[in-house]
Amino acid sequence: MRYETVIGLEVHVELATSSKIFCSCSAHSYGAEPNSHVCPACCGMPGMLPVVNKRVVDYGMKAGMMLGCHINRTTTFDKKSYYYPDLPAAYQTTQWFAPVAVNGVVEIETSKGKKNVRIKQIHMEEDAGKLVHDIREDTTHVDFNRTSVPLIEIVSQPDLSSAEEVEAYLERLKTLLRYAKVAECEMAHGTMRCDVNLSVRPEGSNKLGVRAEMKNMNSIEAIKRAIEYETARHIDAIENGTEELRQETRRWDDIKGKSYAMRTKETAGDYRYFPDPNVMPVVIDDEWFDSIKASLPEFPEVKKERYISEYGLGEYDADQLTKSIALCECFEAAYGVCKSAKDAANWMISEVMSILNQKKMTYDMLDLDGKALGELILLVSGGTVGRANAKKILAAMFDDASIEPKAYAEANGYVVSNDTGMIEAVIKAVIAADPKSVADYKSGKEKALMALFGKCMKELKGNCDPQTLRKLLIDSIS
Amino acid sequence: MKTYTEDKKLTVVADDMMLTKDMPTTAGSKMLDGYMSLFDSEALARLKDAGYTVAAKAAVGEFAIDLLGETNFKGAPASDGHIKNQAAEMILSGDASAAVCLDVNGAVRRAAAQSGLVSVKPTYGTVSRFGTIPAACSGETVSVLACDAEDCGRILDLIAGHDDKDGTSLPAELIAKTNEAATVRKVAVLASMKKGIGADVCEKLDAAVAVLKANGVEVDEIDDSVISASRPAWNALMSAELCNNVSRYDGVKYGYRAESFTNIDELYTNSRTEAFGELLKTAIIFGSETLSTENYMKIYDKCLRVRRVISEAFGKLFETYDAVLMPATSSMSYTEAEVKENKFIAFEENYYTAPASITGLPAIVAGGVQLVGRAFSEKALLEAAKKYEKEGK
Repeated sequence: MRYETVIGLEVHVELATSSKIFCSCSAHSYGAEPNSHVCPACCGMPGMLPVVNKRVVDYGMKAGMMLGCHINRTTTFDKKSYYYPDLPAAYQTTQWFAPVAVNGVVEIETSKGKKNVRIKQIHMEEDAGKLVHDIREDTTHVDFNRTSVPLIEIVSQPDLSSAEEVEAYLERLKTLLRYAKVAECEMAHGTMRCDVNLSVRPEGSNKLGVRAEMKNMNSIEAIKRAIEYETARHIDAIENGTEELRQETRRWDDIKGKSYAMRTKETAGDYRYFPDPNVMPVVIDDEWFDSIKASLPEFPEVKKERYISEYGLGEYDADQLTKSIALCECFEAAYGVCKSAKDAANWMISEVMSILNQKKMTYDMLDLDGKALGELILLVSGGTVGRANAKKILAAMFDDASIEPKAYAEANGYVVSNDTGMIEAVIKAVIAADPKSVADYKSGKEKALMALFGKCMKELKGNCDPQTLRKLLIDSIS
Repeated sequence: MKTYTEDKKLTVVADDMMLTKDMPTTAGSKMLDGYMSLFDSEALARLKDAGYTVAAKAAVGEFAIDLLGETNFKGAPASDGHIKNQAAEMILSGDASAAVCLDVNGAVRRAAAQSGLVSVKPTYGTVSRFGTIPAACSGETVSVLACDAEDCGRILDLIAGHDDKDGTSLPAELIAKTNEAATVRKVAVLASMKKGIGADVCEKLDAAVAVLKANGVEVDEIDDSVISASRPAWNALMSAELCNNVSRYDGVKYGYRAESFTNIDELYTNSRTEAFGELLKTAIIFGSETLSTENYMKIYDKCLRVRRVISEAFGKLFETYDAVLMPATSSMSYTEAEVKENKFIAFEENYYTAPASITGLPAIVAGGVQLVGRAFSEKALLEAAKKYEKEGK
C-alpha cells in the first residue's frame, strides 16, 4: 500500500523588539551572562504587573498581515499554567481565546510546483527561561534572561506532506518575516523553533492517522531527518504491527537519529487556560491597523517583477537580489545614486554577494551603505577608479561602515591618473626592461602585449584607464 | 472619633499583602515567612512621598482570603473568645491614623464593620495594585481603613491616581471623576442582601437608614435577587485566580522549601504541602477544578457571565438610586469557636462583600454597614457615610 504523510507545524519565532513583552528588560541576551537581563517582573516576583509592550503587538500584527491572516481587532492575553523551574511564575502569558491573527495562507514552491499552506492562527506569548545542567556538580541552574522575550507561535493547518514541503514552508516564513523586519528567524540562534505534528494514512484516505508531536529539532536538516524517521516508524507500525501508535509528544535525538516518547495525551497536564485579569484586552483601532498596513514591505514576488519590468533586470538577477530584504535595500539605494540598475545589480551579485559568501555570512547579515556602493560604482563608471582598486575599496567598506569611497580612493592613491606624460614614462621604462616581450609582440605574439600591459598597470598601481594605457603602449612599441 | 494623637496623623500601617522593601511581607503565609521585597508597593510609595511613615505591617490571614486574619500562619489576635483584625487593632490602639490594606475577600470591610471603623474600597483601577501580593487580581483593591470617613478620604486622595506600572490602572481623566462633587439623595436597601443577618447587624442597618432619612435622603427597600448570586461566582473566580497566582511559590526560587525531596516534583509537592494552610489549599483545589478543560465553560466562563449580569443589575439600580446600602457581615463579631467549627465560613460570610468585589464598585463601610455606589462615586459615598458613621460605635 502507498501512504501519505500529513504534517502540521507549530513554529515559534522570537520577535526582534528591543525589550521584553511585559517589562523593559532588553530582549537580546544571546550569549550574555546568565541572569543579567532580568528584573522582578520577568523573574515572576509577586507584586509586579505585566504592561504590554505595544511594539510586540505591532510586530504580531505585521507578521499576521505578511502571512495573509485576518487580524483580530480585539486580542486578549491568557494564562497557561504548568510547573517547570524555567517558568518563574508557573504560568506563561499567551493568547488562547483571541489570538492576534487567524486564517492565513502561505504559498510555497517545491519540485512538485506551487501549493498553499493554510495558517490556523498566530498568537503572541512570552518565552520561558533556560535550565543549565551542571554535570560535574550534579546540579541544575536556572537562567531567566530569556523569560518574557516576545514570541509568536505560527500554527499551520495539516497541509504539508513531505520534508521538502516543510523546508520550503519554513524558508518562506523566514523570508516573509525578515522582509517585514519583525524577526531574525535563525534556528541556530533559537530565534526560530519548530514542532512537527505528523501522522500517516493510506494515500487517498481522508481520515487522519494517529498523530505524534515531535520536539527538539534544532535545524532544518534535523527536521527533515525527524520527518523521515517518524514517517517510516508510523508505516512500520501500521504494516507490521511493530508497535501500537499513540497520540503522544516525542523528543527527537538528532545524534542517535531517533525519536523517543515524552508523554502521551493521557499523561499530559491540563494547562488551565484563563484570561489574564492583569492585561486588558488590546483593541486595535483603524488608525493603528492602517499604520501597520502602510508599513508592510513590498512582497518578494512583487519586488522581483518590478526589478524586471521597471529596472530592466534579467530574471536571474532579479531572483538573486530578492532573496533577502537586506540585498534589496542595498541594491535600491545603490541604484538611487548610480542610476544604472544593471551596474548596481552586477556589483551586488558578483561582488557584494560573493564577499558575503566568502565571509560565510547570510544575505540578511549585509550591513553595507547602499548609497556608498552607488558612489563607488559611479567612480568606476566615470573612470575615476579602476575596477581592481574599486574591489579593494569595497572590501574595506565591509569592515568599516564609515568609509566614503571617493575620499578613501584619494587617501589611498586609488585615483586614475590622466597624466599621459607620466604614463609614457612608465611605458618607456617597462619596454626598456623587457626587450624580449617587445620582440615577441613585434613577431606577432599578441599575448606578449598583455604581459607588458600588466607590468605597466602594476607600476601605475591600477590607476590608469585601460583603454588609454593600451593605446599608448601600442603606439610606443610600433 | 479619632483614636490617634495629632503626632500620629502621618503614621500609617500596611497590611501584609502590601510589599515593603524595609520590612518583610509574608501574605500571612509560612510560604513567604521572612520574604523581603525589592520594591515598595505604589500606594505606600505615594504615601512616603507625601511625608507619611509606614510604621508597621499588620498581619493578615493567608493571602487575605479569610474572615479577619485568623488563618495567619502565626495565629491572629483575639479577645474574649472573639477574633480580631490586626490592622483594626493597631488603629484602635492609636498606633497609626490609618491602615492601607489589600481587600481581597472583604476582610478589611468586615474589620471596619466590627470595630466601629470606616473603610473605603475604591473603584477598581483607581489605586495602583503595583506591589501588592497577587491573590484575586480581577477584584482585589487597595483599600483604606481609618477612624472616620474624613481620614479615609485623606489617605485615598494620596494613593489614588494613574500608574503606568499597572496595566489595569485607569486613565487619569477617569480617576479625576472621583473628585467631582455629587450627593447621595436616593438609597436602595436590598431585601436579598439582608438574608442571614443577626439582630445586631439589623440594628446597625436600621440606624443608618434612620440617619439617612433624617438627613433628607430617600431610602427604599427593594427586591433584587440577582446581586445575591455574587457569592458563588466570586468564590469560583477568586479561587481560580488564587490557584494560578500562588503557583509561583513552588520552593524553587524564594520562600519556603521543604527539607526532604528526591526530585523536582517532590520539591514542589512537599514545599507546598508543608507551607500552605488548609483554607488556601481548599481554594487551590477548587480553583484548579474550576479552570480545568472539563469545567472551564461550565464554571469559570459562566461565572464571568454572572459577573457581567451583576454589573448590569447594579447599573440598572443606579439609574434610580445613587447607592445601595447593605450589611458587610452577618454579625458584629465572630467567635473563635464558630470559626473553628466552620473552616469555610469566610467563603459563606463573603455573601455581603462579594457584590462589590466582583463588580469593582466602590464600597464604604461605616456605622457597621456597607454603602456601594457607582464607579468613581467614592467622595459622595464618604460624605453620606459621615452622617451615620458614629452609629457603628
